Amino acid sequence: MADETKSQSQESGQGGADTPPDASARPAADPKKPAAAAAKPAAAAKPRPKPKPKAPPEPPKAPEDQAPPEGAELPATVTAVQDGVSGAVQQVSFWVGDWTIIVSAERLLDVMRFLKADAATLFDYCSDVTAADWPPREKRFDVVYCLYSTRLRHRLRVKVRVDEKDPVESVTALWPAADWLEREVYDQFGINIVNHPDLRRILMPEQWQGYPQRKDYPLEGPGELLMESPQDWLRVRNIADEAGAVADADAEIEIE
Amino acid sequence: MLETVVVPLLKIAVLLNAVLVAVTFLVLMERKVIAWAQSRLGPMRVGPYGILQAIADPIKLILKEDITPAKADKYVFTLAPIMSLVPALVVFAVVPFGPDPLYYVSDINVGLLFIISVTSIGVYGIILGGWASNSKYPLLASLRASAQLISYEIAVTMTLVSVILTTGTLSLVGIVEAQREGGLWFAFVQPVALMLVFIGGLAETNRAPFDLPEAETELTGGFHTEYSGMRFSLFFLAEYANMIVISAIVVIMFFGGWLAPFPNVPALAFLGFLPPWVWFIGKIFLFLYVFIWIRATLPRYRYDQLMGLGWKVLIPIAIGNLVVTGILKVAF
Amino acid sequence: MTLEAPRTSTTQFDTDELVINMGPQHPSTHGVLRVVLKLDGERVIDADCVIGYIHRGIEKLSENRDWTQIILLTDRMDYVAAATNNLGYCQTVEKLMQIEVPRRARYLRTVLAELQRIASHCLWLGTHAMDIGAMTVLLYAFREREFVLDLFEEFCGARLTYNAMRIGGLPLDIPPGWDKKVLSFCELMEGKLNDYEMLLTNNRIWLKRTRDVGVIGAEEAIGLGLCGPPLRGSGVPRDLRKDEPYAAYDEMEFNVPLGTRGDTYDRYLIRMDEFRESIRIIRQAVEGLPEGPIMGKVPRLIKPPAGETYHAIESPKGELGYFIVSDGKSTNPYRFRVRPPSFCNLQGLKRLVTGHLVADVVALIGTIDIVLGEVDR
Repeated sequence: MADETKSQSQESGQGGADTPPDASARPAADPKKPAAAAAKPAAAAKPRPKPKPKAPPEPPKAPEDQAPPEGAELPATVTAVQDGVSGAVQQVSFWVGDWTIIVSAERLLDVMRFLKADAATLFDYCSDVTAADWPPREKRFDVVYCLYSTRLRHRLRVKVRVDEKDPVESVTALWPAADWLEREVYDQFGINIVNHPDLRRILMPEQWQGYPQRKDYPLEGPGELLMESPQDWLRVRNIADEAGAVADADAEIEIE
Repeated sequence: MLETVVVPLLKIAVLLNAVLVAVTFLVLMERKVIAWAQSRLGPMRVGPYGILQAIADPIKLILKEDITPAKADKYVFTLAPIMSLVPALVVFAVVPFGPDPLYYVSDINVGLLFIISVTSIGVYGIILGGWASNSKYPLLASLRASAQLISYEIAVTMTLVSVILTTGTLSLVGIVEAQREGGLWFAFVQPVALMLVFIGGLAETNRAPFDLPEAETELTGGFHTEYSGMRFSLFFLAEYANMIVISAIVVIMFFGGWLAPFPNVPALAFLGFLPPWVWFIGKIFLFLYVFIWIRATLPRYRYDQLMGLGWKVLIPIAIGNLVVTGILKVAF
Repeated sequence: MTLEAPRTSTTQFDTDELVINMGPQHPSTHGVLRVVLKLDGERVIDADCVIGYIHRGIEKLSENRDWTQIILLTDRMDYVAAATNNLGYCQTVEKLMQIEVPRRARYLRTVLAELQRIASHCLWLGTHAMDIGAMTVLLYAFREREFVLDLFEEFCGARLTYNAMRIGGLPLDIPPGWDKKVLSFCELMEGKLNDYEMLLTNNRIWLKRTRDVGVIGAEEAIGLGLCGPPLRGSGVPRDLRKDEPYAAYDEMEFNVPLGTRGDTYDRYLIRMDEFRESIRIIRQAVEGLPEGPIMGKVPRLIKPPAGETYHAIESPKGELGYFIVSDGKSTNPYRFRVRPPSFCNLQGLKRLVTGHLVADVVALIGTIDIVLGEVDR
């Protein structure tokens, strides 16, 4: 991809090209009711004065490639888990000083249990649970666990690759700290976490639809349109009104 | 006719107005004193040094919208602040501001009993107000208030009995006269009783560190959460009037009422150039200052600790004090 | 089993639990936290925190801003310790890009972070004491916090949201005479700390309200993911400034105060000691301030290579971590995640308040020192 043109366009139009997969790919890709489809391109294009130069949607970014360790010896934590839970560690990666192991979702709980209990690892502190979304990939989500040992003072990241529907076992039983963190992952990404004691939305209102941190979640909704240019918003409303599907269009714009 | 009706009515009118004006200025004083304690200036905008704030505040409260919550018990909701204020004002009928009848409305021979019983009615205002609001925080506050006031009332009354033992009279004028004749304020005769009455008085007037029924940071204002405008200001007036009452009781019982300090020391006789009512009011404001000072300094007790202090510390001490006083009275 | 158990006495009442909403508009929830309390009398039997009232989507927003613009957004999270947030973010990006930060900049960052810790702890002390009813301490603590804000204003022109750091160093060197002012502030602050302690530390009521309130053991605190003073209050020697030194902390001498009982009073004492340790660090850093540049070699267009990292620093509230993924192609992060210390500490509130009284709830919200801007992001 031509980086220079892209960065230029970003500097000129402050938010236009920020999320190419979202802004341009979305209306084409999603099947829609006719009324909403008519309203959608108008809504997306109006607030920007000039149309985007790139007509074809930018090819989605490739999944990030973990740099493999260049012949460096693995730390004790990684070798311990490789020996202890054989076959669970799919990949080991190293980047700017951080070690990450990538494990399969089915074996996650085994690995975690081992990491917490084993004398060589002893990860008793769950720093963070988060996720990242890579839409075109088959297993689009990375669920990332940042672990720390308060006794041995080392860190390790554990990563699981899952799809939207794949179940991820909750680690709340091992670290109560993961309770809210997993709730946030569910709330923001819609990852299917199972066996969580109290899986509710946490940051968003309970009746919210959609998962904001996904890359295909729209950056602009009717609220922003209303604030930036009321006329455009009214026009969108009118188009939708004519099609007799006000409620549907609203829901579509808001949810996505 | 003139002696029995007109003069007392005039006295009552003057007294009521004086108390209400004193209350507004007490609020100003509280704001100023706390501000100075906290290295602030306090109100400075209305009048020179914010003195007219004392007038602006009541006007603001009177002009404010008076809201009754939809789910509240309307009659009790209105009755509660009145029930809270009236006893606080009625008490002043027996408070002597000076030695001769000009300075008090009446000197009944059960004056102290009258004060104790009338002030106890005031708590109904708080309980009913919290109950009638039909809201959760006021409800919790009114439960706290009823428990707190009843338990501290016992300690305070028990302590006052030991003072009565020493004087042999319930008349407030009589108690002050007894101190004049004895030449010694009861603060030196009954120091333990003084502490008990003062601490109990803090608790009974819901002042810091015992301001649990209206703990702002816990119960968002407590029993008066749902009150606004004039009805709120009645609660407000009642609280400050009660402060004045407690200060007056402490001054009368332990600090010689209207007497100048150390009436028996000839060298200090020149202090008599001030009229007695000035001494009395001056002493009252000294104690009000202590009330405010404590509020600026101390954190708040917790509910269970407050009850523990009342029942496990104050009441046993009060009983002990009573017994010791009785024994000494019989022995000497 | 259809028969009810016979009642032991006729005077037995049916009792109900009372559910009250503490917040989102309540004087002591420090912002818009809502705690749903289930009460038995005044005793809390269950609590549930509802957050998200000021969720502004800073993570999502940051994924659509370029790397430099994000510094400004991090100010808006923990707005009482904005410079610390800047520091954490800038260091994470520097780690991703492997940028060497000049020594002078690292020293100045240390000074700013510690000044910020004093400001944040001042706010904590004031509000915590206020919640328990000692309102004068609030005004005193805010008075001293103003001095810190003045120092920041002189350094970067802002009093609350500083935008004080840049990727690779600092935007500006300190104004002339600033270091003297910092030192004289240290002197002043030491005296004022004694004032605070005189009002609270040996105060009987303060002791009653904080001793043995919200006790949590070391094991449990680690499991709950508590961080910062709440974790150290339980006696866990965990301070990222010592464990994983950043900025100039490896060249500084300081102690990590630890608690023994894990109650509210211990957490109070720890923060009071941290004031003093911060002053000590500031003195060392200002007195040993090296000469030199304040910006490292930073490419004109900041575009870290593809990769991800998690980097954490010790904010006044605890472990402030940033997990940032760069796709190596665009000028904005692909994934921007903040591990907010207040969020993780607030999680422990339910455990702390259960079994205590309503009055303790406000003391415990105060003791974990939350900023809702950070919890909700």
